[in-house]
Amino acid sequence: MALYSDVIRERFRQPRFRGTLERPDVTGEDVNPLCGDRIRVQARVQGDRLTEGRWTGDCCAISAASADVLLEMLAGQPTARARELTPASILERLDSDIRPSRMKCVALPLTVLQAALAREGRP
Amino acid sequence: MSLGERCRPDFPILTRAVNGHPLVYLDSAASSQKPASVIEAIQRYYETSHANVHRSIHTLGEEATERYEAARDAVRAFIGARTREEIVFTRGTTESLNLVAQAVGRTLRPGDEIVVSELEHHSNLVPWQMVCRDRGTVLKAIPLLPEGYLDLDAYARLLSPRTRMVAVAHVSNVLGTINPAAQIVEQAHRVGALVCLDGAQAVPHLPVDVTAIGADFYAFSGHKMLGPTGIGVLHGRREVLERLEPAWGGGEMIKEVWIDHAQWNDLPWRFEPGTPPIAGAVGLHAAVEYLGKLGMAQVSAHEQALTAAALDALAPIPGVTLYGPRNPEMRGAVVAFNVEGLHPHDGAALLDQRGIAVRAGHHCAQPLMKRLRIAGTLRASFSVYNTIQDVQRLAEGVAALREAL
Repeated sequence: MALYSDVIRERFRQPRFRGTLERPDVTGEDVNPLCGDRIRVQARVQGDRLTEGRWTGDCCAISAASADVLLEMLAGQPTARARELTPASILERLDSDIRPSRMKCVALPLTVLQAALAREGRP
Repeated sequence: MSLGERCRPDFPILTRAVNGHPLVYLDSAASSQKPASVIEAIQRYYETSHANVHRSIHTLGEEATERYEAARDAVRAFIGARTREEIVFTRGTTESLNLVAQAVGRTLRPGDEIVVSELEHHSNLVPWQMVCRDRGTVLKAIPLLPEGYLDLDAYARLLSPRTRMVAVAHVSNVLGTINPAAQIVEQAHRVGALVCLDGAQAVPHLPVDVTAIGADFYAFSGHKMLGPTGIGVLHGRREVLERLEPAWGGGEMIKEVWIDHAQWNDLPWRFEPGTPPIAGAVGLHAAVEYLGKLGMAQVSAHEQALTAAALDALAPIPGVTLYGPRNPEMRGAVVAFNVEGLHPHDGAALLDQRGIAVRAGHHCAQPLMKRLRIAGTLRASFSVYNTIQDVQRLAEGVAALREAL
């Protein structure tokens, strides 16, 4: 398995969920202490469902792909699904041989979104 | 045969492969590799002479003490210090700098000023921020000129009778800028300020004469100069060390102790509480001997040639931005750069796939990154064992980066 899988390269070059939302219900932002990268995740929530999400950030290909895959996985899903997700489930989608030193890059978008949902009191 | 080709066989780790490629190690500014003589000296010490130093009245204790103190003499000679009392062993540059900040910090009053620079490594910045927090002192920073030189006119304007400490790097760990150490010291002394130089990126690469430079404190690490981790040096001018209270208490730093007070030991042990890194000192001694045999002028010339070659090889690659002075004579053995559209960590990971080890990120110099308006850089750095072939492999790897993702 390669470090930079086809999934990562494709999502890095042509992200599908990169951007911002007008009037998002949930916004979260945090920094990766390893590199100082900053990532912001926004989502719109209707009832108990996350209808759509967008991310922005100057970040590495792994964080970018992770954010993109994450928002694809959660679009239209119950917000509770976001809470259950683990970095391992994103890693599976990325199909990549990520070393422990880069796992923070995989996990960052998910932890940002989870913290933002928790802050808004979403289930 | 170049110095790099002559040295390579002395470094066992350089024979290994990484990701199926012969290792090209270009991260010596973070930590250098070790020659066999250093590894063997540490092993020999543990196999034949290990015991605690100074207090053990038995043969091994005496041998260990002898080795430890011999290392001090070797370091003294290597950096041109006047006396062995001026050489304090620590665990590394960071501990040396914290020692100075603690000990000097205690003598400062609210409103006193500490001058740092925008290119400092966090280890010569954060300890001074802590002093300011605890003592009410004020931190000022020397700004940078384009290309990464210190703005010495601005420095002159920052100095005043309120300045009590000037803490700057001798050589920048990112830009490579060699700062005019002696001039910085001279100007600071004129207003009565002390000077603490971070020499972590200087001593491994340049001839350094601490007496000629004249700083009150000069800090460096063993592991960046072919020695082991866990050993560092603080050179302090004797007359300054003598009037300072020790930073930390413990065994060995005392002459006599009562239940409510203690009398301090002589220099340099006053500043070395607890069991010191004895094996580290033995290893550093071997490293200093290795570098001494090569000659630091030759080391410096060799690394400068590699730096110049790297700047020449990287500059024409599309999308590459280089940082730091363009004149290789004005810089140490580091080359920081970015590739357009590529995060430094992705760049480093992709180079690693080719067996090329470089550093990526903010290099513990976030204020400098903010000044340059970047999140981080890639950084290739050189040591005695690098060759022009290493520079070529780097350039090939960097040229392929933009297509790799």
